Amino acid sequence: MLTSLLTSMPMDNDWISFDVASLGENFWSATFDGLTFGSIYALVALGYTLVYGVLNLINFAHSEVFIMGCYAVFFTLNGLGFGPNVPHLSLASIVLNLVLALVIAMIASALTAFLVERVAYKPLRKRNAPRLVFLITAIGVSFTIQYTIYAIRGPSPEAAVTMFKPTPIFDVFGTIIDSQQLVIVIAAVIMMVLTERFISKSRTGRGIRAVAQDPDTATLMGVNKERIIIITFVIGGILAGAAALFYVMKIPSGVQYNGGFVLGIKAFAAAVLGGIGNVRGALLGGLLLGLIGNYGQILLGNSQWTDVVAFMVLVLVLLVRPEGILGTSLGRSKA
Amino acid sequence: MSMTDGPTPLPSAKAAQSADDREALTTAPGASIAGRKGKKPGSLGQRWNALSRQQQWAFLLIVVVLAYLLPVINPPILTTEPGNNFGLACFNMARFALIAIGLNVVIGYAGLLDLGYVAFFAVGAYVSAMLTSPDSAFLKIPYLWTIPVAMAVTMFFGVLLGIPTLRLRGDYLAIVTLGFGEIVRILATIIPAMKGQVGFQSVGHPPGTAADGTPIFTNSNGIPWYWLILTIIIIVLLLVGNLERSRVGRAWVAIREDEDAAEIMGVPTFKYKVWAFAIGASVGGLSGALAAGQVGFISNQRFDVYTSILFVAAVVLGGAGNKVGAIVGGALVSYIPDRFTAIAEYKYLIFGIALVLIMIFRSQGLFPARQRLLSYGRDAYKWAVKKDDGGASAKRTAGTAQEKGAQA
Repeated sequence: MLTSLLTSMPMDNDWISFDVASLGENFWSATFDGLTFGSIYALVALGYTLVYGVLNLINFAHSEVFIMGCYAVFFTLNGLGFGPNVPHLSLASIVLNLVLALVIAMIASALTAFLVERVAYKPLRKRNAPRLVFLITAIGVSFTIQYTIYAIRGPSPEAAVTMFKPTPIFDVFGTIIDSQQLVIVIAAVIMMVLTERFISKSRTGRGIRAVAQDPDTATLMGVNKERIIIITFVIGGILAGAAALFYVMKIPSGVQYNGGFVLGIKAFAAAVLGGIGNVRGALLGGLLLGLIGNYGQILLGNSQWTDVVAFMVLVLVLLVRPEGILGTSLGRSKA
Repeated sequence: MSMTDGPTPLPSAKAAQSADDREALTTAPGASIAGRKGKKPGSLGQRWNALSRQQQWAFLLIVVVLAYLLPVINPPILTTEPGNNFGLACFNMARFALIAIGLNVVIGYAGLLDLGYVAFFAVGAYVSAMLTSPDSAFLKIPYLWTIPVAMAVTMFFGVLLGIPTLRLRGDYLAIVTLGFGEIVRILATIIPAMKGQVGFQSVGHPPGTAADGTPIFTNSNGIPWYWLILTIIIIVLLLVGNLERSRVGRAWVAIREDEDAAEIMGVPTFKYKVWAFAIGASVGGLSGALAAGQVGFISNQRFDVYTSILFVAAVVLGGAGNKVGAIVGGALVSYIPDRFTAIAEYKYLIFGIALVLIMIFRSQGLFPARQRLLSYGRDAYKWAVKKDDGGASAKRTAGTAQEKGAQA
């Protein structure tokens, strides 16, 4: 019976083909685009990593913290007169508008993160709930926020907001790098470096690392654990707000009730890939995931493959290095 | 006691069966021993356990008969009509209940958070569809044969996914299973043999015709399907119940409570986690195959992450680790949107809020699991305390007093 089953199997293999020529042709454009997406992943991944480092909790609701930032960007820019068409504004006023949108998105995301922590996680922490309870709560919060947005704004994506027309800046290996890619990558890297410095140098950053290492001892040493936890959530929220602006910049029509969920899963995968709880790991994992997804998509010739390839790589890396690529925890990260 | 004696059975182990103790266990596992004497009597679980075995069986028999008759009686207030056909609603409730029973093995017993359970359901449904639908190029076999095949294939997938991921830390499992769920859905879209949105029409159904020659199992009539799935649920419940009481079940609970401790005590944790995963997966595949048969049409549309999380909500709502809870939770998750069609659109919102509220205020769910393992531990403690009740008594009282002072 088995042999007849096998022989009756359709043997056409045209659903998977390796288009190496296409990858060679588009290698550099895939790389730059992958880095752009990667830096957005990395910013969101930082939020996961920081909270995981301090609370040992996968904050599934972080994707909703991110999407609230996206909606803040959408409403702010819409209010300022941005629409699907390229705005006719001077460079200075565009920059001013974007900075305003950035600040509002950061506030919206940080506020969401703060509220989620207070409403959902704090009561659990108070009674020392098991970790499974935390995880399920996090999923519940994510669902609640997502479908509250769904109930208010409906299932379809919001109208596109185009911030500016990407203009070519310079070309590398025959591939043009445009202003959009440049802005996103540079801004994201600046934010990540600032976060890194903050965690490693400042007094509060030391507190965060102390709580990550050993919450009880840190409390005994005079660290205000509750305050540190709130700060961690808020920092994650601020970074997610920034990521939201860049995300809308890259995908103007990507603001949708479940837009954060999909990106959030990938960002979390990025954090795990780099080594969860590790600030530099989030950066590395985000960029790698962005690159791998883009290469896989071009190599296999279908954008649906992006997620499949990204997850396959995640599983393979975890098999070899269960702690992720960089592997150290937030508490132990020096410098 | 020499080392060769092995552990002596606890004299009071039998007492674990007593109603009083079970009641104590249904409350918080961390409840203090002194505090439980003051528990109010007459809770449902306590009354149930006070009944004799015969009475319990008789009561169960009535419940089962009522369950079988449910779609025929079509009780006026409970019914989902006119919005939804009650027979089909009953079938869907039973389908969700079966899924919840399977997922309960993974989440409730072994404590592994599987966020991609819908993938197993999808695999089961696809196996059944591809082996019976005229749309597929595969070999055709009778529908009933696809059920064991679907279970075997999903079990294989469960092991395949479990072996690499169950070695990882628990949290990673959630994300990897989530990814697996997405991958199965995306592959169903990409692979031509799985026909994406077009899907498979006229999936097979069990044989048998009524007196007038029309087939008994049709897509529009949920009642025969409901009876079939109810019978299967009873069989699965008996099997899972036996597993739960066996060495395997104890190992699962040990893993759930403290994996490291279980490993140190000699429980091969990895092996039992893969077991839990595989058994959970095969039950998911079973219910997928049944759903494919009833609906008669399978495409890639309804296997998204949200459905997975709805399944988790079903288990958690009922009470993770409790079979009755899983059944009730699964049935509720399916019943509420069917019955209250006005709010059906917001079902995800409702169950999202329900998840948060349940976790914050009643994390053991509607039907708390009896933590037998902990009951044995508590009995051991009581026995030990009673044994050296002589001289140490005064000292201990002092210690407790001190503890109380510290707490205050």
